[in-house]
Amino acid sequence: MATALVDSKRLAMTDFKGKVDPDWCPGCGDFGVLAAVQKALVDLQIPNHSVVTISGIGCSSNFPGFINTYGMHTLHGRALAVATGVKLANHDLTVLVTGGDGDGFGIGGNHFMHTMRRNVDLLYIVMDNQIYGLTTGQTSPTSRVGMKTKSMPFGNIEAPVNPISLALAAGATFVARGFSGEQKHLTELIKQGVQHKGFSFLDVFSPCVTYNHDNTYQWFRPRVKKLEDDTAYDPTNWLAAMEKSVLWGDEIPIGKFFERTDVPTLHGAEPILNAGPLLHGDMRIPPDVARSFVEELM
Amino acid sequence: MKQTFTIGIGGAAGQGVATPGDIFAKIFSRRGLHLNAYNAYQSIIRGGHTFLTIRTGPEKVSNMGDRLDLLIPLNQDAMDRHLGLLRSGAACIYNADTIKPGVAVAGTALCPLPVSKLADISRNKVAQNTLAVGAGLNMMGIGFQALEQVLTEQFKKKGTAMVAENVNIARAGYDYAAANFKPFAWPLPMTNNRYAVLSGNIAMAMGGAAAGVKFYCAYPMSPSTGVLHWMAAHARKANIMVRQVEDEIGVVNMAIGAAHAGVRSMCATSGGGFALMTEGLGLSAMMETPVVVIDCQRAGPSTGVPTKTEQGDLWQMLGAGFGDYPRAIAAPLDIGDCFKIIPEIFNLADRYQCPGIVLCDLLLSEGRLSVDPKDLDFAPVVDRGELITEAPSTAGTNGNAAYKRYKITESGISPRAVPGVPGYTHTAASDEHDEDGVLISDEFTNPTKRRAMMEKRMRKVGGIEAAVPPPELWGPHNAEVTLIGWGSTKGVIEEACEILNEQGISANQLQIRWLVPLRGDAILDILKGARHTIIVENNYSGQFARYLRSETSFVPNGYIRKYDGEPFMPHHIVEAVKEQMSGKSRLTVPAHEILV
Repeated sequence: MATALVDSKRLAMTDFKGKVDPDWCPGCGDFGVLAAVQKALVDLQIPNHSVVTISGIGCSSNFPGFINTYGMHTLHGRALAVATGVKLANHDLTVLVTGGDGDGFGIGGNHFMHTMRRNVDLLYIVMDNQIYGLTTGQTSPTSRVGMKTKSMPFGNIEAPVNPISLALAAGATFVARGFSGEQKHLTELIKQGVQHKGFSFLDVFSPCVTYNHDNTYQWFRPRVKKLEDDTAYDPTNWLAAMEKSVLWGDEIPIGKFFERTDVPTLHGAEPILNAGPLLHGDMRIPPDVARSFVEELM
Repeated sequence: MKQTFTIGIGGAAGQGVATPGDIFAKIFSRRGLHLNAYNAYQSIIRGGHTFLTIRTGPEKVSNMGDRLDLLIPLNQDAMDRHLGLLRSGAACIYNADTIKPGVAVAGTALCPLPVSKLADISRNKVAQNTLAVGAGLNMMGIGFQALEQVLTEQFKKKGTAMVAENVNIARAGYDYAAANFKPFAWPLPMTNNRYAVLSGNIAMAMGGAAAGVKFYCAYPMSPSTGVLHWMAAHARKANIMVRQVEDEIGVVNMAIGAAHAGVRSMCATSGGGFALMTEGLGLSAMMETPVVVIDCQRAGPSTGVPTKTEQGDLWQMLGAGFGDYPRAIAAPLDIGDCFKIIPEIFNLADRYQCPGIVLCDLLLSEGRLSVDPKDLDFAPVVDRGELITEAPSTAGTNGNAAYKRYKITESGISPRAVPGVPGYTHTAASDEHDEDGVLISDEFTNPTKRRAMMEKRMRKVGGIEAAVPPPELWGPHNAEVTLIGWGSTKGVIEEACEILNEQGISANQLQIRWLVPLRGDAILDILKGARHTIIVENNYSGQFARYLRSETSFVPNGYIRKYDGEPFMPHHIVEAVKEQMSGKSRLTVPAHEILV
């Protein structure tokens, strides 16, 4: 982090409180994610102004408005593309991307895949509630087969995407899953994701209490099992992570599936950024370089 | 009439049409001659038909002209298609071993080269091309040394043997012409000037570098890809982050992200890619993050004709994105202007925190022009507007309650803080928002605030309008006919006016560069004195004519339109004007006689 603390005072939870309170439904899983992100930033003592929280559109994508950092509330599905631009223009910034499963795996699916393979240094938190909430309850890319919604009233006949397997296959260098009902564990994963140098993917079960009556807190609670509790599990083993990623049923793993630290980040791989962020560089082309550009054409 | 000399080189893609073209272009520009080149080609990598026109002369050459002085057909097809284009005094140099000559028009010369006798064609597959270049230059009265130098530069990477082989072949062609062919009546002159020869795509890329663009991204799409190629090749020298992105939706959003973080950010595409960008353009307007998007128009709709030119995207630009928002749209008038327009539109976009669109087309993007190096100014005026990139020393870390990103001001411009600056944290939003960035699309929805924010943003339109100069009328006042065009048709209309004036029909020209803001009042002022007005444009429906009418109620006397994929040639316009002046029609659609 190149940006140093300006004030010597320690940042507290209240420092990260947004201008307005969240307008999510009472009981929404997203409250837990917001609190965990704020707690992680406090624990890491990252100054507000050096964080940019970027979202797409949807209930969970209103997130940037509820936290005191720089924020961007962009287009549906496009947050990762915008975030890549932000990071490349100023790689001193800590970039958080927040959104939902429809935003990230549906309309934004293409950017999801490509941002992962590029290893853009950011943390992408998907508040995965297996439903479209803000449009009042339609099937999402992670809705289970058979789930009845307004858009598929006779039950979903399409197989859901597996975000964890997808991320592993696309080359994400940090892949984790959290549960909004497991605050401490979630906070820990967020801290690790922020600190990881490269693309960190964190899928969070964040129940929709209004429209998803299948995947509730009560449904998740007995099923989620922390990978960290299994001392034999090695998160540097990609194949083991892939095997764990397909578990779904009575036992659903949460925690860090995979991390590797040997892949350069996108900004780290580009020599022109060695001298520092583009934002702080000279806008002008040096006269001798400009002359050489013209001479090539003569 | 200006003296010019025009060469046409035709052949199949992959036969090496480009190389002789490059050699001629280099030699002409080094003689201090101007040139204009246009390549008519097809969406095919090998085969098909490609026809390159290079026109040169001591004065500015604004378009490809009507007729040829020298034709070099590289295959039978090119001979058959183009022999009829020769003007009196012209010649056709061809491979006598493989090509049967057509019937030459009186006053033109057929110059067969015995290629297999002059060169070892088993060793050198493009010997016929090199021989023809040598022969042609001899007939133009140009010393062999100029060619030797260019060939040496061209082949030096491949070793001295390769240089010697090509120089020897060129020499054989040169000497054969000296002994057997009659030189052209007008030996090409020399001047002390030196020009850079560049395409519109290179010009726009360099203009971006000059404007301080630090982030460029794109998805490959003809005819805009040349911008990406220049940017990518020069990124490290120019310190520009260049990315190839998964699609144009990603492109525009990534560009907006970089722009939001504070650097000048640009992208280029063609109509189809632009269609994907339109939602992002609205985001740029709503978040008030300046971004510049170049649209290199090609013949549409849909995939259309990817390698052919058109001015068919105007209404897409005008209507890009839903809702009302301020934007600037400029159409460069020639390749030199492609360079100049980029810093200008960045200054507008930065000052007014809105998207800027450059509406180019294949004719300029892929055409080539000689430009005075002095016109490629790498130190243009840079105005970044009200941008906050550093905090005053009094700022704390935890946000500055007093800072309102979307502060309501008289100009509509609100000071823009970039992420990373202590004390200015805020959220930029695509939802409608209040002055402090808080969304007013949900529980805080409020018609009074919505109206105030709409009016704030739209007030910037007035500022943009005042910042742009009105168009001017070129040519004699009180002319019999006024030709109105926009963007890339500048050069050909200019020449059509010259020809008309020489033929006794006084003609002048009104060429529109800024489409938004249009400066409608200034245009009406100019046109109220016009005697007979004709709008010339490269599309089917008269997109500019309809736009001008919608903005000003102005209706011209006639229209000249072309939508066959090829650009106008001067005679198309001259003949159409005469036809319309005689009252025969109000709409002329000239036929493109050359089948390319």
